[in-house]
Amino acid sequence: MNEMPSIEQANAMSDSKISANKVQVYYGDTHAIKDVDIEIQPRSVTSFIGPSGCGKSTFLRTINRMNDTIDICRVEGSIKIDGEDIYDPKVDPVQLRAKVGMVFQKPNPFPKSIYDNIAYGPRIHGLARNKAELDDIVSSSLQKAGLWEEVKNRLDEPGTGMSGGQQQRLCIARAIAVSPEVILMDEPCSALDPIATAKVEELIDELRENFTIVIVTHSMQQAARVSQRTAFFHLGILVEEGPTEDIFTNPKDKRTQDYITGRFG
Amino acid sequence: MTDATLPPETAQPAAKTPMQPKSLYAIDDLTRKRNAAEKRFQAYGITAIGIGLFFLVVLAYAIISQGIPAFSRTVVEVEFTLTQAQYEEAEGTLFKTRAYEEIFIGALTGQLQDSGIETPVEPEAIERIVGKPGGTIREFFRENEDRLGEPVQFDLAASSRVDGYMSGRITRESMTDSRFLMKSDLDLVDNLVEAQVIKTVFNWPFITGADAGVDNAAAAGIGASVVGSFFMMLVVLFLSLPIGVAASIYLEEFAPQNRFTDLIEVNISNLAAVPSIVFGILGLAVFIQFMHLPQSAPLVGGLVLTLMTLPTIIISTRASLKAVPPSIRDAALGVGASKMQATFHHVLPLAMPGILTGTIIGLAQALGETAPLLLIGMVGFVARGYPEGFIEGFTEPNSAMPAQIYTWAARSDLAFTEKAWGGIVVLLIFLLSMNILAIILRRRFERRW
Repeated sequence: MNEMPSIEQANAMSDSKISANKVQVYYGDTHAIKDVDIEIQPRSVTSFIGPSGCGKSTFLRTINRMNDTIDICRVEGSIKIDGEDIYDPKVDPVQLRAKVGMVFQKPNPFPKSIYDNIAYGPRIHGLARNKAELDDIVSSSLQKAGLWEEVKNRLDEPGTGMSGGQQQRLCIARAIAVSPEVILMDEPCSALDPIATAKVEELIDELRENFTIVIVTHSMQQAARVSQRTAFFHLGILVEEGPTEDIFTNPKDKRTQDYITGRFG
Repeated sequence: MTDATLPPETAQPAAKTPMQPKSLYAIDDLTRKRNAAEKRFQAYGITAIGIGLFFLVVLAYAIISQGIPAFSRTVVEVEFTLTQAQYEEAEGTLFKTRAYEEIFIGALTGQLQDSGIETPVEPEAIERIVGKPGGTIREFFRENEDRLGEPVQFDLAASSRVDGYMSGRITRESMTDSRFLMKSDLDLVDNLVEAQVIKTVFNWPFITGADAGVDNAAAAGIGASVVGSFFMMLVVLFLSLPIGVAASIYLEEFAPQNRFTDLIEVNISNLAAVPSIVFGILGLAVFIQFMHLPQSAPLVGGLVLTLMTLPTIIISTRASLKAVPPSIRDAALGVGASKMQATFHHVLPLAMPGILTGTIIGLAQALGETAPLLLIGMVGFVARGYPEGFIEGFTEPNSAMPAQIYTWAARSDLAFTEKAWGGIVVLLIFLLSMNILAIILRRRFERRW
């Protein structure tokens, strides 16, 4: 009862969707993420860039607690979504992941039909009361992912039989289907050809209207194309964060400048 | 200056040999060696497979050629009509079965004469060939009085010696006169064969019958022990599959990685290598002596074999769970499935073919296991009949196929050795069909893309 005002208060204090404060991640004895503070704006695209092994994917996975599945991984500090600490003992990670969806590097549709791929999430969360509602969710998710026209006549065919780009958009549709508020994307285009990449980027840009999107990418051009804000990670440290334009045209840190001009990484 | 500082070895070859284009037609030494090694390796492989196939063929030939006689049996087929008057007369005599035997011999002689064969038929010789037929005939008519006055055909089992003579196990040269069979009887047998009184037919009683005493090899069948094995496999399947799969899922998907789980893992691998007779001793000590479960019962056999099969199932199940790509688990967790939902909705179905194959291979192994059954009293137990009901199938003493084969092989009568070979053929057919089932199930589940 008395928690409600505090959430509103928190929302009033900052308008960011996700706010991370002094986040540390350890893999066993390795200190993989050091002192990361970041505010992520709602209904926008934030991209994480940086050389391989800089911890951007690791940090992304702390936002929906996917790192919990790794035994030796330990997270310290606080990450708040809408003012609520997601590492609070009261928070169930399963419930969190319904709110914070994820799209992975390699398209990983379930070895089931296209329909079942989308319907799985709504089914386990009880989002549809009957078949008609479920059908609605499936079709609207596929429409939002721009896949409806291509697959509407073959919903019962296996999702694994589609092309790579279609599979990745299917995975995005699957993430949308449970109506999350945040979608995390871990290098969603790294396994796709340029045409499929362009389609997915277009989709990300459209999804920005309804979702808060965080995307990890290796391609600086992609970050520049799709994101409003960019964060540069290096050796587990968040070096610089700001509006995408500023990061690419006027970086404040020497390391950022070296990276975006291709001197390392 | 710089040239002088270079070591002469590196400077010289560069100067001596200007880049000459190598011909692709000339095969250099290294390539030749590599190709030869490759050919040699292939030859080793083919030899190994050849040796394996050779022994497989020898084994199959030995088993089938020695086991086939067990599937045929020799019967003395005589048809005659017993009238009411004959029946009453025979029942009125002092030696009743003797009277029936005379009627039988009369009918048999008649059939011989019909075929144009004149030969003396001594009652003693007949008794050596078909045992004492009078008792069987009398029993039949006492139970079926309504069949009096109509022709009835009797298929009486020939004695195991005659059976051996028909199947070639006993020859005129190899046999010696005994109270079981005289050389002179063989003439009569030959005549009876010619008159189609003695016939070789498929041995259904061997498939469906129960074991017989040591003096009656011809009547022994494997049916009862097939039923024993069946009930044992039921116990093994319904205990080891759920326990094994649950244990593997927990260990593979949920258990934390620590010393304790490492210890469990090592012990499971070790258990898979424990000799089966050790499990037999365990079964004897725990299930029979401590828990007082019935001796020689398929329930106890099944429990012991379950212990033996569990490690096999756990190891294969874990291997197939491990083979499911982690991206599937990520995908399920990513849409907000719990760990258990991810496992049961996505991982387990994909691991199913492997789990089923492992289970069936484990069951097949258990089906053929003899040593543990030795210790819980199944070997040596003469299964004289089928269990009376479903529950009794588990609790009543019975034999199992491998135990039955072992029992037969240990008996001195050569006719039982033939039965043992026949039993092995039946066992192999069972194993083969289980393996085929495993392949079919595998294919079926794998087809779900």
